Amino acid sequence: MTSVIVDRRSQNGKSTGNRQRVLKRLNGALKAQVDKLVARHKLQDTDKGAEVTIERKDATEPRLILEPASGASGRIIPGNDKYRVGDKISNSASQAQGRGSGQGAGDGDSDEEDTFRFVLSREEYLSLLFDELELPALVKKDLLEIDESKFRRGGVVRYGNPGNVCVVRTFKASIGRRIAAEAQREEALEAAAAAVAVARGIGTPALVQAAELELKELGDRTGEIPFLDPIDLRHRSLVEVQSPCTAAVMFCLMDVSSSMDENRKDLAKRFFMLLYLFLTRKYKKVDLVFIRHTDEAQEVDEDTFFNGTQAGSTKVRSALAKMKEIIDSRYPASHYNIFGAQASDGDSFGGDPTESSEFLLSQLLPAARYFVYAEVGDRPMQGSTSLWTAYRTIDSDHFNMAAVSARNEVYPVLAKLFQKEP
Amino acid sequence: MRDLSLSGSEWTLDDLLAIEQACARHASGYALDTFPNQMEVITSEQMLDGYVSGGLPVNYGHWSFGKHFLIENAKYRSGENSLAYEIVINTNPCIAYLMEDNSLAMQALVIPHACIGHNSFSKGNYLFRQWTQPEAILDYMLFARNYVTECEERYGIDRVERTLDALHALRDQGLDKYKRPSKLDTRKERAEQAKRLLAAQETMRQAEYYSLVPHPAEAAKADAVFPLNPEENLLYFIEKHAPKLEPWQRELARIVRKIAQYFYPQRQTQVMNEGWATFWHHRLINDMYDAGQIDQGILLECLHSHTNVIRQREYSGVNPYALGFAAWNEIKRVCEKPTAEDREYLPDIAGKDWLETFHDTMQNYRDESFLLQFLTPRLVRDFKMMNIQTREGLDHWVVSDTAGTESFKSIRSQLSAAYRLEASMPEISVVRYARDTDRKLVLHHQSYDGKMLMATQAQQTLKHLRSLWGFDVSLESVDQSGMTLKSY
Repeated sequence: MTSVIVDRRSQNGKSTGNRQRVLKRLNGALKAQVDKLVARHKLQDTDKGAEVTIERKDATEPRLILEPASGASGRIIPGNDKYRVGDKISNSASQAQGRGSGQGAGDGDSDEEDTFRFVLSREEYLSLLFDELELPALVKKDLLEIDESKFRRGGVVRYGNPGNVCVVRTFKASIGRRIAAEAQREEALEAAAAAVAVARGIGTPALVQAAELELKELGDRTGEIPFLDPIDLRHRSLVEVQSPCTAAVMFCLMDVSSSMDENRKDLAKRFFMLLYLFLTRKYKKVDLVFIRHTDEAQEVDEDTFFNGTQAGSTKVRSALAKMKEIIDSRYPASHYNIFGAQASDGDSFGGDPTESSEFLLSQLLPAARYFVYAEVGDRPMQGSTSLWTAYRTIDSDHFNMAAVSARNEVYPVLAKLFQKEP
Repeated sequence: MRDLSLSGSEWTLDDLLAIEQACARHASGYALDTFPNQMEVITSEQMLDGYVSGGLPVNYGHWSFGKHFLIENAKYRSGENSLAYEIVINTNPCIAYLMEDNSLAMQALVIPHACIGHNSFSKGNYLFRQWTQPEAILDYMLFARNYVTECEERYGIDRVERTLDALHALRDQGLDKYKRPSKLDTRKERAEQAKRLLAAQETMRQAEYYSLVPHPAEAAKADAVFPLNPEENLLYFIEKHAPKLEPWQRELARIVRKIAQYFYPQRQTQVMNEGWATFWHHRLINDMYDAGQIDQGILLECLHSHTNVIRQREYSGVNPYALGFAAWNEIKRVCEKPTAEDREYLPDIAGKDWLETFHDTMQNYRDESFLLQFLTPRLVRDFKMMNIQTREGLDHWVVSDTAGTESFKSIRSQLSAAYRLEASMPEISVVRYARDTDRKLVLHHQSYDGKMLMATQAQQTLKHLRSLWGFDVSLESVDQSGMTLKSY
């Protein structure tokens, strides 16, 4: 037998199965990691993969190995030109030197690092994120799929990919063509037969011969009409559909007064995240605007939005007014699909709730595609806050509100919006 | 074969085959006997796959392989580790994986290294000859993968995974170290597996009938010590005697230990094997250059990589490539130009034919005996070796020997001992199985120089072992007089 060479380069992906297994195994540890990532990630990064760090003890594989510190040990160290017999070398120094290729065969898990890092793909990251949000399967699928451009059936065309041949329509075309060709031929035959009769009537032999020849030629062509001709072919076609308006802007409004603690902010962030993901699925370009407010509203960057704190009382209307101001100056409703998402613990005082509710209904909702309010907080307070009571009076298809006190309650706030998907 | 004349850094598949053939022709001049080669050009991802399964192209599915892939992949992506240029496994034909990123010169280096060097070593060395079957391993792996998949379908992925977790923890204790293992034969394995399963079912049925009646013969030897001699192959003992294991779990134990056994020779011949392959790639590259088959650019790039490979850092662990390469070169020197010192320490080979000595040595030694037999005083001096000692409780090491004539023997024995299997793999054996009482299993760890087991790892491993055994298991470290030093 002689030697051979094989090109294996195209056969990648052997490790996929084992990757699924280890992710399943690490599920608990990964979820904890995803929590950390949610806190750290920018909304725009939600749609990308993520690097996670797993502690080795979460995936331990014990072996029986020797304790290096026990008993008596001897080692051979090469390259010595400074120590003499009887010299003492401190443990720490020798340990640092001992790293590297190691003496003897086999290296146990013992001296490796305590953690290991790897990158979760976009699908893996989102699946873990969605697990806790308890999204319905269909919505999950919709968000996980990347659909660069949408296609719609566009009827039947003459030219296309052989795989898309529409058999029924092709045969219809064939039948039509054959009937037409047949009729034409019969007409021609009749005409030729008449011409022969006329020629015979005249009696000139040359004329008769020519007419008879033409009749014979026409007769010979019987059966030459093909059953299927390339011009019969019909193909199903797909046309790319441009949505009428592909840009959207998402306003994130959040109350940052001191009553919004870490837990409430975490819920709010997940709420914004999910809406953002949904919007990126529907629109090519999604702008984000962050407005935080206490008794005064400010447009801020994302970091400040989620991490900054500010003291003050609460005036929701200031944020709504700010949103209106930004829409008027930068995001005309004719060019953008406007979405508003508001998270608050619902504390608001005096005339503010009613004013806000009215302002929302009269000024914002006419321009916005959708406005959604999530009241984050502890169960007993929810549904009885002043803001909640005021918002309850809003009656609009473009508006929805819900109370969120746990992660699995985030999705229902947006459920109506998701259902709108055709 | 086409006339070879290579230059530049790009290569085609034909070039690689031509390099292999040129090397094989030069190698036949040195009487190097090899398996036919199957060179496979692979991507970095496939190289990582290879890392995870020890180079075997087929393996059963398990999360730990996925974990090692993630770890290696992260290290590679972050630039912490670069990948090996090749992996070679001892199969017949000999499969060598060559990285697609290698330049022409790198390929010209790794082909003689893997396809001639390692290949001839695994065909000739006694450990490989006795303990592995290069013809059968791939079939066996395929059989193993299919069997594991079948078990997963039948008994659930989780149960199979738990069983394999426990078995993997004992992988190092699944070796026949002294007794030669039975040959791998997939067809026979399948037939016998069916027989074993039937027999096991029969025994279980009978056991139900007889469980209440003590068997007269059994009752008579109730006090007899079992096993009569300590059993070193723990996985084998579990496969045969674990009271509660189901037949398919016994089969998995068998698969895990058969695969562990396959890697057993490699762990014992690292220095020799790498040194041998390095010696020959160095030699064959020069031969190809002399024959005008590669140009100066390729030769220089090869030598650059070669010197990186055999670099020995000072005050660091011993680099097996450096030590091995130097040791083989020393053997050649002692054969050809022995000094008086060499004649004193290595009288058997001084002045002998070097090639004959090479073949004899490659065939009949492993690292431990190789170093003990062929380490030269000059090599110890060249490497400026020192011997350092410490013991538990001491916060420093003491230099006991530095390179020199008087200290040569003590450095030699210390170095050779570091390559004994027991230096990295604790010696565990089954000493007592209380078959007729509480079915407790007693394991001993034979401790040398007061070495103990790492406690946390030992306790976790014991947990796995108890899940397999089904009853209590104890593990103790004992010294050479049999006294218990520590129990886990």
